[in-house]
Amino acid sequence: MSVDLAQVKKIATLARIAVSDRQAEALVPELNNILHWVEQLNEVDTEGVAPLEAVVPNRTRLREDAVTDGGIRDAVLANAPAAEHGFFAVPKVIE
Amino acid sequence: MAGAELTDLTVAGIRDGFRRGDFSAREVAEAFVAAVDGADALNAFLVKTPDHALAAADAADRARSEGAPPPLSGVPIGIKDLFATQGVPTTAGSRILEGFVPPYESSVTARLFAAGAGMLGKLNMDQFAMGSSNETSAYGDVLSPWRRGDGGNAPLTPGGSSGGSAAAVAARLAPGVTGTDTGGSIRQPAAFVGITGLKPTYGRCSRWGIVAFASSLDQAGPMAQDVRDCAILLEAMSGFDPKDSTSLDAPVPAWEASMSGDLRSKRVGIPAEYRMDGMPAEIERLWEQGKAWLRDAGAEIVDVSLPHTKYALPTYYIIAPAEASSNLARYDGVRYGLRVTPGQGGLADMYAETRAAGFGDEVKRRIMIGTYVLSAGFYDAYFRKAQQVRALIARDFEQAWEKCDVLLTPTAPSAAFALGEKSADPIAMYLNDVFTVPSSLAGLPAISVPAGLDGQGLPLGLQVIGRALDEQGVIDAGLAIEERAGFAAKPEKWW
Repeated sequence: MSVDLAQVKKIATLARIAVSDRQAEALVPELNNILHWVEQLNEVDTEGVAPLEAVVPNRTRLREDAVTDGGIRDAVLANAPAAEHGFFAVPKVIE
Repeated sequence: MAGAELTDLTVAGIRDGFRRGDFSAREVAEAFVAAVDGADALNAFLVKTPDHALAAADAADRARSEGAPPPLSGVPIGIKDLFATQGVPTTAGSRILEGFVPPYESSVTARLFAAGAGMLGKLNMDQFAMGSSNETSAYGDVLSPWRRGDGGNAPLTPGGSSGGSAAAVAARLAPGVTGTDTGGSIRQPAAFVGITGLKPTYGRCSRWGIVAFASSLDQAGPMAQDVRDCAILLEAMSGFDPKDSTSLDAPVPAWEASMSGDLRSKRVGIPAEYRMDGMPAEIERLWEQGKAWLRDAGAEIVDVSLPHTKYALPTYYIIAPAEASSNLARYDGVRYGLRVTPGQGGLADMYAETRAAGFGDEVKRRIMIGTYVLSAGFYDAYFRKAQQVRALIARDFEQAWEKCDVLLTPTAPSAAFALGEKSADPIAMYLNDVFTVPSSLAGLPAISVPAGLDGQGLPLGLQVIGRALDEQGVIDAGLAIEERAGFAAKPEKWW
């Protein structure tokens, strides 16, 4: 499979990365080179093989439904590019 | 002891000399702080934290006078910038985390500091650990302290992604450091600079507080001058952590105390598929030499087959980007790091412009590949297929363990290359990890041990891969190589 310019732009939109037309054009062959290379996997017969989900056998743990952390709002907000009134601040969403 | 003698010491040498009273922890920390300050030309450190190292040293000196210093007392270390360190900037080598100061400590660094270690600083790395040469860092290349013997002085890569970590140990700026390994990022740089690097079994070291790249592969591990030091550091770094859902709830063995280079009754497998076309004769010779060393240590050498080896890299370059595209979705300019707000734009434009400005080219490339292979209509053809092949790669190893206890392979297909030599061709760069990626995909422990020099006088490493949870087997075989290789080469100081 190959991607074309329109698909590259769509992928960039899905990934929330702004790309110029020139950048998108450059990405078409770059991404196709990688995609064609990984398509070697089509040579492998995987009929009936279950996809690997955990490399080391490990059980999923449960814990008490209890608050074990928190109460550090200001410490968390200290890293925000913009914060107001104890909240993260972002550009206006609704016009 | 003079400063240069102190900075030549191993972790064990510092620990034991400090306990004997040969020197104070303060003297050791000051010697390394001075070495770090004198090595800016290598660009190994992104942040220097002399106060942290000196405070830990003073605490160690007090603890010694009171009689009970913790295990890593008096040992200053370097920390890869992928580990969140409380109150100390953490960028993962990326602009998008510029200005981020974690309000918490990663579990691994918390363990190391609780064991008495102090931090000399944060080490440069490939951006988000995506790279094999340290050239994707947003904060400049790390230079290897090594140079080719041809007198050309071409700046060489220290390897990646733990390139700053590797350069720091090789240049004696730190006796030991943390690295992380997703597809070879501890082992390949260790091989390139002539030091030892150990990637433990997936789940041994908590991932909590390590900036996530590919969560099913990411593992922390130590890098240091020798095998013993790696065992010491790994003991301090390992252990169950309820904050990491894939943390292994298993006791941490006393790897250092149990270490032995006696391999009688052990079987060492040589995987046929690792003999690649076009492999340099020097690597081939070193591998043969490694077999002879392990035979001399008492091991039986057996031929084994890992039939899906050639599919490991393409499998990795589907799975790792897919996981990265999901993990890196969090960098949106809202909660930390960089924010770019276009004049007229709204929230969605802020996300897209922030990510365009903050991520480097290789990171964007991997996020886009990952986005594509996970998108509707392509998931089965790429991602599911890769997870199936990954199961076959893991099964290859399971079958090999019926015939042998550990595997011996080269660590990397070449010695360190020059900066700029491979950066234009992503796939040529990916091929660096051909011998390290399969064990990463299977979650297995593996070590790289310096074993010789190439014709240009550059270090080459041998890799030992073991069964899940058998770090001891990997450490022991690594020690057997180390004892026989007698690797003592050091880069000549030019920085």
